[in-house]
Amino acid sequence: MQPLIELHGVSKSFGGLRAVDRLTATIRRGEVVGLVGPNGSGKTTALNLITGNLTADSGAIVFEGRSIERDGAHRITRAGIARTFQLVRVMPTMTLAENVAVGAMFGARPCGPAEAAERALPLLARVGLAARADERAASLTYIDQKRLELARALAAHPQLLLLDEWLAGLNPTELKEGIALIASLARDGLTIVMVEHVMDAIRALCTRCIVMNAGTKIAEGTPAQALADPGVIKAYLGDDDDA
Amino acid sequence: MTLKDWTLPLIVLAAAAVLAPLPVVAGSYWMALLVNILMYATLATAWALFSGPTHYVSLATAAFFGLGAYTMAFLGEKLPLPLVYGVAALIGAVVATIVGLSTLRLSGVYFVIFTFGLAELVRQLVTWGEAKYGGTVGRFVFIDVTQQGIYWMLLGLLVLILLTGFAIQRSRLGWALRAIGEDETVARHAGIDTTVSKVAVFVVSATFMTVVGAIMAPRWTYIDPSIAFNPIISFQVLIMALLGGASRLYGPILGVVPLAILFEILQANFPNSFSILLGLAFLVIVYFVPNGIVGLIDQGRGAFIRATRRRPHPAE
Repeated sequence: MQPLIELHGVSKSFGGLRAVDRLTATIRRGEVVGLVGPNGSGKTTALNLITGNLTADSGAIVFEGRSIERDGAHRITRAGIARTFQLVRVMPTMTLAENVAVGAMFGARPCGPAEAAERALPLLARVGLAARADERAASLTYIDQKRLELARALAAHPQLLLLDEWLAGLNPTELKEGIALIASLARDGLTIVMVEHVMDAIRALCTRCIVMNAGTKIAEGTPAQALADPGVIKAYLGDDDDA
Repeated sequence: MTLKDWTLPLIVLAAAAVLAPLPVVAGSYWMALLVNILMYATLATAWALFSGPTHYVSLATAAFFGLGAYTMAFLGEKLPLPLVYGVAALIGAVVATIVGLSTLRLSGVYFVIFTFGLAELVRQLVTWGEAKYGGTVGRFVFIDVTQQGIYWMLLGLLVLILLTGFAIQRSRLGWALRAIGEDETVARHAGIDTTVSKVAVFVVSATFMTVVGAIMAPRWTYIDPSIAFNPIISFQVLIMALLGGASRLYGPILGVVPLAILFEILQANFPNSFSILLGLAFLVIVYFVPNGIVGLIDQGRGAFIRATRRRPHPAE
């Protein structure tokens, strides 16, 4: 499979903290990749660098053969990368339909307001919010706002979807539905990178896993391989007391 | 498009047709009041074109208004009038582009402070320039434009601003501005070039304000920087737009009419304590009508719809 996006030695520091340290990774078309690691290991920073929310200090990010590490967030979205946020972000006084329409209007296949409104409805249906299309986004529960965020990201017609702990906080039934939804997106050919702590979801969905700690990649492979790596266990649980 | 989509432009044109003949019947006191109302209506509506959807509060109104007034003072006797308005518009657009590109990366309170500082900077620059090169404090503006002429030009301009706002609202640009006002980070990640969108509409808004200044200058016959760039103009425009509600195109006008009349009465009767009363009005509005008259109308309409909807379904 050809690579969809490649990170070459990407670094980002905040003051003295190297949040992402020479990260190199390749995501191929059609993959579902889990990005895991302890809190503060640089996963969200990596997503922010890919989506242009932050600019890398050094290194290259190549998407479909084109360097995007200097591009602004809007250009990266238009190029075909969409995301959700770890702390959910919706446009609160807009209706659900309007939230998704904005995604459609300015994404990889831009269109006018009328067509965007039409494209919004099937996507709301896909995340299970069609009945509430005309309600304000602020009236949704946290979980439903996450669904709305996903619909807005999908409206942009991305080739690469980045999910930042999209499954966090779901109850067991919701988690099952959420996993099924992501699986159906993957079946449609969407390439997905998911930052996630829910290991059941990683095992169920991901073809591959990248484990980060202290800004660097410490393991990579199938979920079973990567999570059994001694370095990974040490990163999560620490050393033995008597070691 | 359905008839409902055209309601606003039709109402605007109908209202303008009703208001256009007023100078024929109004006496000079009423004309003065009407011109004052129209001046603030155009400024507040132009202000809300940008600040309404984006929630970027600009205090630069006086800067652009004053630039327009000074353009008229400098060129009014040298060029044909329509050309002067054109030059004023161009100056407003150029200055707004420079200011927009350099400041619209700032957000929130930094933007407010910067725009206020900008108005003061322009005022001081003009004062300095006049003293050093013009050898004068102020300038006389002897241009042969009647009060009626000013009234009609402002009315025409107000119609143009409202129709421009209507066109922007329905376009992708209008959606982009709303998204920016809701959450700028989301807007950028949805694919919106936020800088270009903000600068574009800031320029449109400022251009209209500059033209208002050029139209109004002849009425004063004498201007100096403390009149043309008076920061009170920026504050009054803000307070009027807030009272009316900047979330709708017609909102600011609902705030302009009562406040312009109120300020007129206050200024006539309590000229020495006017600033104190202005401040009090500001506090009362922000405290009691945070979403403006438009917000009250929406609330009332929401309550009415809920009440009428419930009636046919008593079982619910």
